[in-house]
Amino acid sequence: MADPTPWSRASYPRIARLYRFQWEAAQNAYVLLFPEGMVQLNVAAGEILRRCDGKRSAGEIIADLRAAFQSDAIDGDVEAFLRSATQDGWVEWRDAVSP
Amino acid sequence: MSSVPTPAAVPLWMVAELTYRCPLHCPFCSNPVDFAKIKSELSTAEWCRIFAEARALGAVQLGLTGGEPLSRPDLEELVAEAHRLGFYTNLITSGVGLNETRMRALKDAGLDHVQLSFQDSTRELNDFLSSTRTFNLKRRVATLIKDHGFPMVMNCVIHRLNIDHVDRIIDLALEIGAEYLELANTQFYGWADLNRSQLLPTREQLERSEAVVAGYRQRIGNRLRILYVISDLYETRPKRCMNGWGTTFMVIAPDGLVMPCHAARMLPGINLPSARDASLREIWLDSPAFNRFRGDQWMPEPCRSCPEKGKDLGGCRCQAFLLTGDVGATDPVCDKSPLHARVLEIVNGPRPPRPEIERPLVFRTPENSEQLLATMTES
Repeated sequence: MADPTPWSRASYPRIARLYRFQWEAAQNAYVLLFPEGMVQLNVAAGEILRRCDGKRSAGEIIADLRAAFQSDAIDGDVEAFLRSATQDGWVEWRDAVSP
Repeated sequence: MSSVPTPAAVPLWMVAELTYRCPLHCPFCSNPVDFAKIKSELSTAEWCRIFAEARALGAVQLGLTGGEPLSRPDLEELVAEAHRLGFYTNLITSGVGLNETRMRALKDAGLDHVQLSFQDSTRELNDFLSSTRTFNLKRRVATLIKDHGFPMVMNCVIHRLNIDHVDRIIDLALEIGAEYLELANTQFYGWADLNRSQLLPTREQLERSEAVVAGYRQRIGNRLRILYVISDLYETRPKRCMNGWGTTFMVIAPDGLVMPCHAARMLPGINLPSARDASLREIWLDSPAFNRFRGDQWMPEPCRSCPEKGKDLGGCRCQAFLLTGDVGATDPVCDKSPLHARVLEIVNGPRPPRPEIERPLVFRTPENSEQLLATMTES
């Protein structure tokens, strides 16, 4: 397997170049589109990925989700999802805000 | 829950065959053999209306193909409208006609991805199979695609004449920087069906190629994702064709015929509706053609009482028709089919040692199509 980029809570995730992320009303869900394929995302995945805009750090995204879902117990789940999304190539990382 | 009425199935994938015109003449083309009779192509405005109707039904992926879609001078306009509607747009092309100007215009129009076909890793066989001198051109087009930042799928149809080059085909995909490689074993419909005895690989070839692909996957990881699609003739269960008739796919032919799959035009007794006469919504939900093989009520035995019917849905209707003459039969690839022997006969039957010489390939040309059309009309 390709080595995913190392990242920390100070790094900035965004949707990888190969993918397009959008809301699909017909499926009432966020989807990830890529050449000849699509992943329909569950609510949690959609809420995380929609914040991966290259302008917010992983730490800021986690803080934002804690506030949105009024829960302090989500950190582990969000980090686990970001790890697997990175492994799948859905998410790219920068150490600073992308231009 | 979603407010879309039944059936819950959404035509997520729409393929628009913009034209049957094509500079290439590949003998495994999925276009109908009688394409020469289709003269009247949908207009720009008609396509735009169809795109909007498909999007309203929930279609997300749009494959722009043909023939060669670049033969349409309005391709850029169609891409722009599809992009505006929110489609993920895939250009499926031979590369012929894709120059710097058109590439930039397509990028500006919002094109998402380009799938570029090669016929082989060698210039000789690529140019023989397409009956054009296009290998070097395709290499240049690949560079153009990458220079413009598109994700690129390289596609190569695999058959007896090139299956032993699978390693070099993968090397070519790595060299041109493709993100995905689709190694699509020939499916025997249309032109490929005419050339089946020359194109069907041997079991040994198929097994060797699968081992080669597995080895590469292990070595190269995610750098290049290889989709290896095999023909199910060597299997004992049929493929779940199109993910089920009228469940996921919709193909619009150049003249507006709406089909559940690329090959459905040849099926007898299926009155395919035209997007010129009805809305896609009516066609998808209510047309007898799209409802004909939905669910399992249509299934004959041994499918009807089979515990695996939910997996393969009775297999492919076009394959069933081609091999049994009955569009509603169990796909004879299944070894429970009473006609499975016909498949065994094909895969185990004698093969000429140099098939392309013993029996010349029938290339996909308008002249050959006219000739086949004349023969079909006579009989």
